[in-house]
Amino acid sequence: MNLNRLNLDPAVVQRARELARLAGQPVVDMARSHTTVSVERAVLRLAGITGADADGIPWVNRLVDQVRDDVGLGHGATLPVFHALAESGVDGDLTLLAQKAAAGSVKFHIPEGKHATAAKKLSKRAVAQGIKTIDRNRLERDKLIKKHGEPKQRPWIYLIVATGDIYEDIPQAQAAARAGADVIAVIRSTGQSLLDYVPEGATREGFAGTYATQENFRLMRAALDESSKELGRYIRLTNYASGLCMPEIATLAGLQRLDMMLNDSMYGILFRDINPIRTFVDQRFSRQIHARAGIIINTGEDNYLTTADAVEAAHTVTVSQLLNEYFAHEAGLEDWQLGLGHAFEINPDLPESFRLELAHALLARELFPDAPLKWMPPTKHMTGDVFRGNLLDGFFNLVGTLTGQGILLVGMMTEAVVTPWLSDRDIALQNVRYVLGAAGGLHEDFVPAPGGFIQQRAHGVLGEAVTLLEEIVDDTLLNAIADGTFGIMKRPANRGKGLDGVAKHEDGYYNPATEILEAGK
Amino acid sequence: MTKTVVRPYGDTTGDGMTQVSFTLPIPHDKKAEGAALQLAAKMGLDPAMLVHAKQMGDGFTFFVIYGSVRHLVELDKVQVVERDFPLLGSKEINTIVKQKLRRKLSVVGACIGTDAHTVGIDAILNIKGIAGEKGLEYYREFKVVNMGAQVTVPELVAAAKQEKADAVLVSQVVTQRDAHLYNTREMTAAFREAMPAGKRPLLIVGGPRFDELMAGELGVDRIFGRGTTPREVASYLVHSLVTQRSK
Repeated sequence: MNLNRLNLDPAVVQRARELARLAGQPVVDMARSHTTVSVERAVLRLAGITGADADGIPWVNRLVDQVRDDVGLGHGATLPVFHALAESGVDGDLTLLAQKAAAGSVKFHIPEGKHATAAKKLSKRAVAQGIKTIDRNRLERDKLIKKHGEPKQRPWIYLIVATGDIYEDIPQAQAAARAGADVIAVIRSTGQSLLDYVPEGATREGFAGTYATQENFRLMRAALDESSKELGRYIRLTNYASGLCMPEIATLAGLQRLDMMLNDSMYGILFRDINPIRTFVDQRFSRQIHARAGIIINTGEDNYLTTADAVEAAHTVTVSQLLNEYFAHEAGLEDWQLGLGHAFEINPDLPESFRLELAHALLARELFPDAPLKWMPPTKHMTGDVFRGNLLDGFFNLVGTLTGQGILLVGMMTEAVVTPWLSDRDIALQNVRYVLGAAGGLHEDFVPAPGGFIQQRAHGVLGEAVTLLEEIVDDTLLNAIADGTFGIMKRPANRGKGLDGVAKHEDGYYNPATEILEAGK
Repeated sequence: MTKTVVRPYGDTTGDGMTQVSFTLPIPHDKKAEGAALQLAAKMGLDPAMLVHAKQMGDGFTFFVIYGSVRHLVELDKVQVVERDFPLLGSKEINTIVKQKLRRKLSVVGACIGTDAHTVGIDAILNIKGIAGEKGLEYYREFKVVNMGAQVTVPELVAAAKQEKADAVLVSQVVTQRDAHLYNTREMTAAFREAMPAGKRPLLIVGGPRFDELMAGELGVDRIFGRGTTPREVASYLVHSLVTQRSK
């Protein structure tokens, strides 16, 4: 891909990145000085706790709730938990400890002196085991990619399955892979983002999607390993590290070798009304896990355009991409792991809508030349007119290939009508194949006219993004979110779901996972 | 004379031409094509033309069929909910509220249950609106609270009380296992329990899959279906809450 087709001013691009850093830095500082129930649960999951009580509440939730009641979370959960583990004679079994704690026979304390040193050592050893599993999975993925091969074309073709039943999802996912999908995303059940625990086991009941559970992850990854072997290309698996349990789901993804995770720095705040502080703290930890696990994140900028106008709000997408990039790099993610999002959501009745789409997509491409970029299909202007929808999807695919997008989520002409039928998916893939086959190399010839419409539009959007970033830096990011800067939603830092699960670090806070993940940085 | 009986129109009056597509769970062969034509005949397509057949994966075939449908449409037997209120402009609406209600008209909106799709409620409430029409937030004389997604019914009732809502708007997009009907019934039951008849806000649901004839059964005052615009909702609110009541 020849670069600088937009003739962007490197000084402006550098200024935009610098502003994103200035806007993001205070949020990172806040994330580094707070913890959440879900971060602590993720750490204990790395240390090996599993299972759930008779009501389906995971033991890790019971344990962390108990610790919180006894001593608070300001010192982290591992110190009191591993101190109790050493004292209670359960032979190092965290799950057993949780059961005893739930029965009321264990009380938690913050250890001091040599007890604290011992608890730290014990917990670090246990957590290191979990991280070792994540490391092994990463090596295994590399090995399988070498063995089976990468997809033949870019963009990778990304398809969604969503039946609610993991045992229905599996044959559908395998069929989708056979039909040409390179990436399978299993959509989560509606409402899982607001559950403050991760359900356990294989699940067969979900609304408009399937629950993200460790066992469901394992089953689907194993099925796609079979498909990879059969098809001679490594089929990637995607899920959602979002909502109240983001750090835990990221951890489970690492433990089960998922390959991509949806993981946006602000999506939960804006679209699920999750407390901003909770989100940023959970975000940082989940990104550190993704970095370690070699998982590609997909960010959610497409969502802004479904609520705000895709032309007026184009620069908010750029701003969010720059912020997501900053937060990702800070957490240790590399450029090849940044599936920064954007979408084809301009009203097709608007004159020159296609040229505007091209300008926006190319801007993202040129700003982030080494990121894979996640290209999302039209949804807002899919009206139920399936014939027009199929045409729109074709133009979406054309922008995708013309601008070198890395991951293309296949648009369905029945968007907003039904969850995709078998035939909808087949028609959609036929559309993608036609466009990639007929125009896959067109980007080699496509250079926007110097000073023409596309270049001017891209420069305009970047300029507006810089202005907005300046305002955000002045106002602080948290206030900007409170004022409704992104996606029109107003989300103040003292409101939203999950705030009660946030704790400020006390002196002596300890988190062995963070220590391991940040070692050598 | 107005027509009372019509047939689908391809390119000639009365030709009955119709196009359908479907998938059968069998591989593509001669027999599969015969099976598709048999289904078309049972659907009333006679004669039917199989214009496209394509196998998908191992055991499925997709068909497109054109044919003349033998059924007749009897227009005098069609039942729909006709708009029974005048469609007004935003200026008129503001004027009526200002002069006759003499306070702001309070509207509370939400997506209830696990439904996270705010696109419907946002289209109606957000100032941005839809299809070039501004949402209810744009109406100077309306006070709008949009609670967003995944609001629980008790939260909605509490907000309606606090805001002294004249109308409650609920949007439901997800329809798996009839979640939209279940959620709506739960919502109307909660309002009936929480407030006496005269004090209850107007209860309105909207979503692409509701049957507009089910209002009574679901206990709501009105159902708005696909393609409803903010102006229609605003006109209805003014008609029900102001114009009719001041008569």
